[in-house]
Amino acid sequence: MLEYLFQALTPLNVMLALAGVVAGTVIGSLPGLTATMAVAVLVPITFTMPVTSALIMLGAIYTGAIYGGAYAAILLNTPGTPSAIATTFDGYPMAKRGDGDLAVTLACLASVVGGLVGGLFLLLLAPPLAEIALAFGPSEYFWMALFGLTLIAALSEANLIKGLIGGCFGLLLACVGSAAVSGDIRFTFGSTTMIGGIETVSALIGLYCIPVLIDLVSEPGRHLNVTGEQRGYRFREAIAISWRGKFNLIRSSIIGTFVGILPGAGGSIAGLVSYSEARRAARDKSLFGKGAPEGVQATESANNATVGGGFVPTLVLGIPGTPPDAVILGALMVHGLRVGPDMFNSGGSIVYTFIFGLLIATLLMLPAGLLIGRYAYRFIIAIPKALLVPSVAFMTIIGAYSIRNSISDVFIMLILGVLSWVLNRFGFSPSPIVLGLILGRIAEEGFVQSWTIGAATGDLFGMFFERPISMTIIAAITLGLFYPLMAKQIRLKRVQQELVE
Amino acid sequence: MNFKSIITCVSRSIFITLLVFSGLVRADYPESSVNYVVPFSPGGESDVTARHQQPFFKKIFDEDLVISYKPGAGGAVGWSQLNSMKGDGYSIMGINLPHIVIKPLQKNVGFETQDLVGVYMFHYTPDAIVVKEDSPFKTLDDLVAFAQQQPGKLIFSGSGKGSANHLAQVRFDEMAGVKSTYVSFKGTGKAVAALLGKQVSAQWGFTSVGAKHEGKVRMLAVATEARHPRFPDVPTFKELGYDLISGAYRGIAVPNSAPEHVRQQVSRMIADINSDTEFRQRMENDGMLLLDIDYDEMSAFVAQKSKEYIAAAKQAGVIK
Repeated sequence: MLEYLFQALTPLNVMLALAGVVAGTVIGSLPGLTATMAVAVLVPITFTMPVTSALIMLGAIYTGAIYGGAYAAILLNTPGTPSAIATTFDGYPMAKRGDGDLAVTLACLASVVGGLVGGLFLLLLAPPLAEIALAFGPSEYFWMALFGLTLIAALSEANLIKGLIGGCFGLLLACVGSAAVSGDIRFTFGSTTMIGGIETVSALIGLYCIPVLIDLVSEPGRHLNVTGEQRGYRFREAIAISWRGKFNLIRSSIIGTFVGILPGAGGSIAGLVSYSEARRAARDKSLFGKGAPEGVQATESANNATVGGGFVPTLVLGIPGTPPDAVILGALMVHGLRVGPDMFNSGGSIVYTFIFGLLIATLLMLPAGLLIGRYAYRFIIAIPKALLVPSVAFMTIIGAYSIRNSISDVFIMLILGVLSWVLNRFGFSPSPIVLGLILGRIAEEGFVQSWTIGAATGDLFGMFFERPISMTIIAAITLGLFYPLMAKQIRLKRVQQELVE
Repeated sequence: MNFKSIITCVSRSIFITLLVFSGLVRADYPESSVNYVVPFSPGGESDVTARHQQPFFKKIFDEDLVISYKPGAGGAVGWSQLNSMKGDGYSIMGINLPHIVIKPLQKNVGFETQDLVGVYMFHYTPDAIVVKEDSPFKTLDDLVAFAQQQPGKLIFSGSGKGSANHLAQVRFDEMAGVKSTYVSFKGTGKAVAALLGKQVSAQWGFTSVGAKHEGKVRMLAVATEARHPRFPDVPTFKELGYDLISGAYRGIAVPNSAPEHVRQQVSRMIADINSDTEFRQRMENDGMLLLDIDYDEMSAFVAQKSKEYIAAAKQAGVIK
């Protein structure tokens, strides 16, 4: 094993890892430029490199881009990548009250921990873990998406009805365009611009960032509060908080790794699931959504753990775990490299050198991320509002456009943005809408496929309800939905008992 | 230097200048980088083949082939915008069969098949029936026998509806006189995952699946004219008595504003990449088969393929 570590530690590889992390972080921090884009754009420059160096660089870009998404989420309330959606929940409130510097440092520490946990799972357990990816069939994906949708309840405790309405609106948006499985074209009202459906990332930018921009213009005062003088990285404080939240970090990293292993789930779900788990486990739930550091820690460790998790099916099975993995897999094919379980046995040299390279890149993210994060924070608080608003507005347009090189995505982004601002006035938050939009497609796909298979085998009930993993997820859904009620009952009983005594 | 040679020299240079300015010969095409739009997501098979072409383009023309993506609605988003791009030969887009035939017939998707100016079909990935290594189906006959005994219970995964895989399934069912069930997945990767995870009994996939997952899967038959050079042991459908030659065909199109000589130039450019032996080797290793349908043969080729696809798609109920 150690010789692979040394192969990964060549000056060239370390340099490429650092360059990749920096490039990825910067690209990922711009709203709309996703990790997938970052990797795709930089693939051609790896063609001239040896395979392992190319892989290390691509992995470093990927992990950097996932971390970089946290900046825009924390400082602008805009998920730079879908993975960072849940980071906005507590990151932005922290920044608002003047703790943006702390939130960025916490995100960096959490990302490093998550990346290391994911990477270690990849290093030690990849071939057996890949079996999990295969055990997940259509019905499991359907139930998992439903589980994700139950998070709406947790996210909109203040007003459940409004949360549900938002979720339904998101589900409706998910139906626009060509259908996930059948390819039928729906709700386009005859317009050809809508056939591609609502693009998730441009919708994210619109729903989260445009309301912030409108508020910035309409309200006096600074974008983010700054209390007192500059406090540097607040590194010690962040370390102390991270140490206190070590269980949260580890739990979220493990959730992130496992969600990452499932092809088609991805960082956004990992972040959301670990966020709700962190909230469930927390002693004081009331702080969540109002700037709880635990929220940022959970999502940021989980989404970086998906990097290592996603490489498990990619390298073992040749089935990409996440969209950026698909691009990396394509690049490997051009390099003439065959992936598969053999890579972990006979051809171990390439794959283990790469995994060590990925771990090194993750470690390098600590200094690089802290430094870039500090500059990003300073830039956002120092820049006058009159400059900040137009430059962010410009970035939202570029970001929405660049996903599919499509101007109609920009219009959809703007329309959803204004809509989101109006809905915010009436107490609707964008998160249920986004959950509906992302999970609706996964749920539909899984449902239609399960139905087709179940109908063919004549066992519809068994297809949906009798598979062990499905049953586990159904149990989790039931528990998640009814636990608050049960908890209330139990508490009531206890109180009654005490009264009796 | 005598007078005669000066005359020849001058007249030659005038001739060449005229040729260049008249646009008949642009020996220096491409003289800058070329934008190559893939109308699918990065990492898909269309992207991978484009990535295969990329380094050879650089090698042959010493310019960059810049790949960008316009995914959405199974390629329709990109194709509906193709003709609004500049027709100068520096913007090209990938086209795929059967997509460009089937999509416009399903609904108004913003383009018609004949709007797209295809200039070259450079390869196809043949359809194949793939089973897991430990599957009880050892031969195609085993599989057909099972389908005959238990109509509808043979479940295939495949990539997309109205796609190459789906139409191959419909045509094969008809030829074999059986009824099987087709479950559409989003992309070949997920269809393979369903096969490996035993969610389905077999997959209508491609030869590329056999290449990529060698050792874990077995191909029962491939839809090629002759046996695939990469898989000499796998029979063709044709030898087994089913006249099925199909797959996902990939080519290059230019905006319809491109003048005739530009179309020819782009066609030759792709042909040059295709004639590189190392490129051919790499593509065949990945399970693809190279094709050389140039601009002049293109419309006849698309017309002939359309006939097969439309018949199968009607059968499948994908189009009316």
